[in-house]
Amino acid sequence: MAMPHTFVVLVENKPGVLNRVASLFRRRNYNIHSLNVGTTQDPRVSRMTLVVNTTPEKAPLIEANLYKLVNVIDVQDVTDRPAVRRELALIKVRARQGMRTEIINLASVFRANIVDATPETMTIEVTGTPEKIDSLIEMLGAADVVEVVRTGVLAMTRGTIEGARHLPGAGGR
Amino acid sequence: MPPQMTGAQMLWESLIREGVDVVFGYPGGSIMPVYDALLDYPQVRHVLTRHEQGAAHAADAYARTLRDQGKVGVAMATSGPGATNLTTGIANAFMDSSPVVFITGQVSAEYLGTDAFQEIDVTGISLPITKHNFLVTRAEDIPRVVREAFHIARTGRPGPVLIDLCKNAQNDTAPFVWPTEVRLPGYRPPQRADEDALAEATRLLAEAQRPVILAGQGVLMSGAMPELRALAEKADIPVAMTLLGLGALPLEHHLALGMMGMHGEYFVNMAIQHADLLIALGMRFDDRVTGKLEAYAPQARKIHVEVDPAEIGKNVPVDVALLGDLKTVLRQWLPRVAEARRPAWREQIAAWRADTQEHDVVHKTRRNGKGPLRGPEVIQRLWETTAGQDVIIATGVGQHQMWAAQYYRFPQPYRLVTSGGLGTMGFGLPAGVGAAVAHPDKEVWVIEGDGGFQMTQAEMATAVQEGLNIKIVVLNNNYLGMVRQWQELFYDRRYSAVLLHNPDFVKLADAHGIPARRVTERREVDAAFAFARQHQGPVLLEFRVPPEDNVFPMVTTSDPLHEMIRRPEEEPHVERSDWAGAAP
Repeated sequence: MAMPHTFVVLVENKPGVLNRVASLFRRRNYNIHSLNVGTTQDPRVSRMTLVVNTTPEKAPLIEANLYKLVNVIDVQDVTDRPAVRRELALIKVRARQGMRTEIINLASVFRANIVDATPETMTIEVTGTPEKIDSLIEMLGAADVVEVVRTGVLAMTRGTIEGARHLPGAGGR
Repeated sequence: MPPQMTGAQMLWESLIREGVDVVFGYPGGSIMPVYDALLDYPQVRHVLTRHEQGAAHAADAYARTLRDQGKVGVAMATSGPGATNLTTGIANAFMDSSPVVFITGQVSAEYLGTDAFQEIDVTGISLPITKHNFLVTRAEDIPRVVREAFHIARTGRPGPVLIDLCKNAQNDTAPFVWPTEVRLPGYRPPQRADEDALAEATRLLAEAQRPVILAGQGVLMSGAMPELRALAEKADIPVAMTLLGLGALPLEHHLALGMMGMHGEYFVNMAIQHADLLIALGMRFDDRVTGKLEAYAPQARKIHVEVDPAEIGKNVPVDVALLGDLKTVLRQWLPRVAEARRPAWREQIAAWRADTQEHDVVHKTRRNGKGPLRGPEVIQRLWETTAGQDVIIATGVGQHQMWAAQYYRFPQPYRLVTSGGLGTMGFGLPAGVGAAVAHPDKEVWVIEGDGGFQMTQAEMATAVQEGLNIKIVVLNNNYLGMVRQWQELFYDRRYSAVLLHNPDFVKLADAHGIPARRVTERREVDAAFAFARQHQGPVLLEFRVPPEDNVFPMVTTSDPLHEMIRRPEEEPHVERSDWAGAAP
């Protein structure tokens, strides 16, 4: 059954690498749920966190295909591994007089911050697992949410100091 | 102090260091500095094709037929239309894992993205059809990029690599520094198989009663023919081959079965469908090989030996994957493989084989000595004529290709050059050009259909200009034969856009200064082959064959591999009038 799989991908920090990864997903008809790219402690290396909706049978193929890209240094499917997963969202809601207290209370339950307010709206900044952000949005109510932006998941495996594994994709199974 | 050079000079210096002595190409505006510098490197032979696609196919064939020498093919073109004309050839090399480096000129870096004259996003276009590609904007990057490109093209699962070379990088001057090592942190193809996986594979083989080896092109690419043979002989395992794997084991070997799949022989597919263990060596369970996936080799456990992890479980779930270089992995495995003899299994296959031969079309035609000359017979006769002589066969795609695969009994690896994965019509003649340049000491036979031949026939001029010893066989049925066959079988004989009104191929050859003959009768065949062989240089033979002949056996894409359309009991119905008069 298809479910979200999370891949951590280390790539060379070179022009066009994001295009290669994106092109691979388009070409193999894999559906990207979220994709996050950023720098690492090593300026030569960028790190991607990819969430893909796929089956357990297909996940190793995605890992292997990513690994086949010459600029991809390492791939880990962290779906079933203990990992810290975090996402950041900004949520703008209608906030007229009389609603504001309720919104502020809700935000504090979710340990979220109010980062902007106008006479019409309030903007909430929240960090957490995707499920937590989903619940906050649900609690705020579809009618009142004006705009949502989410970073997509960042993931880091827990505990181990070796970090990136150096084995070819499917062979690491 | 490293010597100062222009980028164009650096390119040639780098190519020479990678062992390049032949380049197939076509000049143009954005690659003129490279062509200018070429004049100062007479040790490099440049073959000017008549179309960039021809250069790409020629380089592909050159690489495939010289794989045992570690050669990489090189094809070169200008920016824009030069590069887009290469793309079919790049895709062909990609689908068939052929080690080719493509070099395209590009507008100067300052004009990139401005839609300048003949500017096209070539690295963008070639991204999904190359193993890797590079855009080079600075002269000093050229040696490193060339070194990396060749390394990537020839190692692991081989494949095409493209270098898009901006014109300013060709013209600018910089110190030439040849890198002492390749640094590609993300490129680590697997080499040696995992010990646990090897133990598991050994266990599965020990338990098997009816194993079959499936030998693919990976055997040739890895040079693992001796190891394949040793494995087959030690454990008494019959060997079926893919189209591109033909030659991995000589067909005359007692364990060699022949080609599997859609147009594989009945007994080969029967063996696969009844096997209890398949050992797949460097093949990828392509749909043309498996038939209906759900019904593929239902009793068989599967061991997959592969260098590309992304092939494991892609089409067919496997029980054990041995990841690594095929030759290395087989050498690891062989000492653990127990000797075995399987007389019952071989007898079963022999019975299927006897049944197959009873149905054989050439066997029947010859027995009768009647009916029109047919395509398979031409191939069979060519094989008999050239048997024992080291010739190379290059084909196009379609019926003639399948007949060549069925009736030419390939005794050696690297002697069939054909378009497998992409199925590129017109591959034959330019592939023949590449093979003939690679092997000037050998006769190269191009087998083409009348449709495919016309797609790339311009390369006849290349063959003449280069004095290549190419013998062109055109099997002319005045149809796009394979499409017509499908229309006959699956579209109720509603023939749509398949009838060809052809030029006079003999006159066409004559216009190129190529001696040629037309053959319509069985009794003329041997004399025609003799005519072709006594002329050094290109010769064309056109064989008129029945318009509605079919390639059998055939497994349709929706059927299990063992449910084949066998060869018909009767000769095909032939009305001479509707084809003999179709050509001028």
